[in-house]
Amino acid sequence: MNGYIHSTESCGTVDGPGVRFVVFMQGCPMRCLYCHNPDTWQPNKGTVRSVESILEEYDSYKEFLQNGGITVTGGEPLMQIDFVTELFKQAKKKNIHTCLDSSGITFTPDHTEKFDELIKYTDLVMLDIKHIDNEEHKKLTSQENTNILAFAKYLSDNGITIWIRHVVVPGITDNEKYLFKLGYFIAQLKTIKALDVLPYHDMGKVKYENLGIDYPLKDTPPLDKQRAVWAKGIIIDGMKARLREN
Amino acid sequence: MAVNDYEEWKGFNDGKWSNGSCNVRDFILKNYTPYDGDESFLAPATDATKQLWEQVMDLTKQERENGGVLDMDTKIISTITSHGPGYLNKDLEKIVGFQTDKPFKRSLQPFGGIRMCETACKAYGYEVDPEVVEIFTKYRKTHNQGVFDAYTPEMRAARKYKILTGLPDAYGRGRIIGDYRRVALYGIDYLKKDKQHQKDTHFVRMTSKNIRLREELQEQLNALEELRQLGEIYGFDLSRPAKNAKEAIQWLYFGYLAAVKEQNGAAMSIGRTSTFLDIYVQRDLENGVITESEAQEMIDHFIMKLRCVKFARTPEYNSLFSGDPTWVTESIGGVNLDGQHMVTKNSFRYLHTLDNIGTAPEPNMTILWSTKLPQNFKRYCAKMSIKSSSIQYENDDMMRVTHGDDYAIACCVSSMRVGKEMQFFGARANLAKCLLYAINGGVDEIAKVQVGPKYRPVVGDYLDYDDVMDKFDQMMEWLAGLYVNTLNVIHYMHDKYSYEKLQMALHDRDVKRYFATGIAGLSVVADSLSAIKYAKVKCIRDENGVVVDFETEGDFPKYGNNDDRVDSIAVNVVHTFMDKIRKHHTYRDSVPTMSILTITSNVVYGKNTGNTPDGRKHGVPLAPGANPMHGRDSHGAVASLSSVAKLPFKDAQDGISNTFSIIPDALGKDAKVFVGDIDIDALAAEAKK
Repeated sequence: MNGYIHSTESCGTVDGPGVRFVVFMQGCPMRCLYCHNPDTWQPNKGTVRSVESILEEYDSYKEFLQNGGITVTGGEPLMQIDFVTELFKQAKKKNIHTCLDSSGITFTPDHTEKFDELIKYTDLVMLDIKHIDNEEHKKLTSQENTNILAFAKYLSDNGITIWIRHVVVPGITDNEKYLFKLGYFIAQLKTIKALDVLPYHDMGKVKYENLGIDYPLKDTPPLDKQRAVWAKGIIIDGMKARLREN
Repeated sequence: MAVNDYEEWKGFNDGKWSNGSCNVRDFILKNYTPYDGDESFLAPATDATKQLWEQVMDLTKQERENGGVLDMDTKIISTITSHGPGYLNKDLEKIVGFQTDKPFKRSLQPFGGIRMCETACKAYGYEVDPEVVEIFTKYRKTHNQGVFDAYTPEMRAARKYKILTGLPDAYGRGRIIGDYRRVALYGIDYLKKDKQHQKDTHFVRMTSKNIRLREELQEQLNALEELRQLGEIYGFDLSRPAKNAKEAIQWLYFGYLAAVKEQNGAAMSIGRTSTFLDIYVQRDLENGVITESEAQEMIDHFIMKLRCVKFARTPEYNSLFSGDPTWVTESIGGVNLDGQHMVTKNSFRYLHTLDNIGTAPEPNMTILWSTKLPQNFKRYCAKMSIKSSSIQYENDDMMRVTHGDDYAIACCVSSMRVGKEMQFFGARANLAKCLLYAINGGVDEIAKVQVGPKYRPVVGDYLDYDDVMDKFDQMMEWLAGLYVNTLNVIHYMHDKYSYEKLQMALHDRDVKRYFATGIAGLSVVADSLSAIKYAKVKCIRDENGVVVDFETEGDFPKYGNNDDRVDSIAVNVVHTFMDKIRKHHTYRDSVPTMSILTITSNVVYGKNTGNTPDGRKHGVPLAPGANPMHGRDSHGAVASLSSVAKLPFKDAQDGISNTFSIIPDALGKDAKVFVGDIDIDALAAEAKK
């Protein structure tokens, strides 16, 4: 089976446990204001590659990846769910740790067949919750978050390990109420194993310039690391609030 | 003989080492205590350490303000016993000894070449005493003079136009590691007796080879006696073995000090001393003679001394090496042949000096890395690397196969068994220039003069891969022969006029000698050949028909992306050139090896290499060592490393270096910013409290 691939990276150190082989998939339905990979937005572009060729490339690095595995990210990898499923299926045959880095935007709560098949071969999902408030989510990403939150619960109900990622952007998610609410939401996920709070950075700016697109957050400064530490504390407070209720 | 023979050996386990032979490895294996724990036992710097280090920092500042040199000897010729004692603060120093009568004063070492001394002095506003100049011009020939007497015109040209560069023909070759541990373990009397026996039992048939060795053995005996006298100058009796940790460190350091008083070598490495010395420290600790703080203090003071080693060198030399390096490499860790790791508490103490007296490039602490090193030590190395950026790593699992478990690194990558193997350092041949010579029929692309043989140059507008490969192969054939013969001249003369008698005295009689060649410009050659093969490369000629530039149409695979199409070209170049080196006679039956290791000199080589077919422009630095060219590896670090890892070690046994820089954020998460792991049950329990 073939997929549209943006690129691969042989030394991923922040995309799951260990040193990982990272596959960037082409295409994304969201238009997050702070997206740092705008070059992956367009579907059906990039390099057409087969599952076999991806795994062959993985094999050529496997000595370096002993405690790592493969991470599929993008773009939004779930736009090519059949390809990812096949890739993970073949990877698991070789005992490779599989990680999906996704926003969950394409999840369909009423028809989960394809997702049921995918999670059979998925060891870890890194779920990027962009915003906990639906209206704000729409402003930030051009899409609703209803299915994303449903995807989180679906993963939890099916026993799939989740790492939550959340980017704190000044003036958008850098907000006590929302951060607390996010914590309150994720505390119901039984399989959550990590929480990454990422301070917003503007390193994607140059890609926008290269693509000739206007950078929507050009007036937003990068978030101070200390502020991210603070944000993390609020999220934890929110989690504790829900855990106290149980 | 047995351990009882010497009071100083009390408490050590017997072995071959104590039964009449000189066998430091056996001593270590029979007596060392592997340490699996963490760094929590380490002690902070003592007040004395802090005070001394402040003094050193102050001297460093003065030296910098004074234009790079604080003081120079211009009259006293440095020998093992040439100077009276020198101190920072005699009352505070646990380990003593400087190269001259005071710290930071650079010694005068004219045996390698008097011109080099004069230039070095002049550069810093000093003048060598005219009488010394006269002696070393009129009456005592130097290594440098000997070499130039014997060089052929072709050798001079290759050197002048820099297809052969960095040759040790005007400075000390270095890269020899005396087994300084022997001084501590056996004492001078024992070593002299052993050396005398070596001489007495050597061939009496007087061939030139045997005469030379007999003379050298006597030189070595003389050096040992001088080393004993050096101890006396500082008030120590080196004739007997060291009796405790402090003496062991001091004796060992005197051995090293004698070497750097005698030789201004390009790399004066210390060897593999931490685990050896740990045996003494451990014995003293167990006997309650010293505390951990005292043990650390001795190590700190020892390392401080190694940081104060200085040589008088010319600004050109310093620009070639981007600084004023001495390459006091110390090899730490590794695994023994039984599979047991060789990490001791002293391995930690050495690295801990980076905390106690701050980070520094010297001594060049090199971890002999194995997957079998204990986890705690690996973690500590990683921590100290992050903190200091001052630790080098080398692959013990690979080198152990060739060199066993008592080898050390000379300079940055050259491995050799301590006291049993040495090398003839041979700088390097610039293969990128060799490729341009192949294209231009031996005409230098910058100077436009005939340097190489007048082979047929490339004709036509476009480069043809098979044609270029054919010509490149012939040009490499020429270069390999010229290179080996040039080095033969150099090492013959170095042995004759600037013999390392002290360092060789701390070797066995019958040493294995490596003949270390090297190459520069590997990635430029690989990418250039790839461009010729996979894209279209057009030649641009000057008015005399010399190809001076190239136009490349289309893309081509680049070395550093784990792409076999080009990586195989790099592998093939290494293998081919090494095979050509092997064809030639080498001085003293030395075993030819090769390195791919320019770490800083690649910048200068770039200035001396014209435009290349890969699109690199004249003056742009070559990539260091076996590195891919800067910015051409686009598939991430592991892909880049995979390309380098394909290079065959058997054809580059003197070492392959890969300079690897990475911004910390790309290596992993900042623990302070990310929550990272989360335990939902523990959080729930905490919430309900």
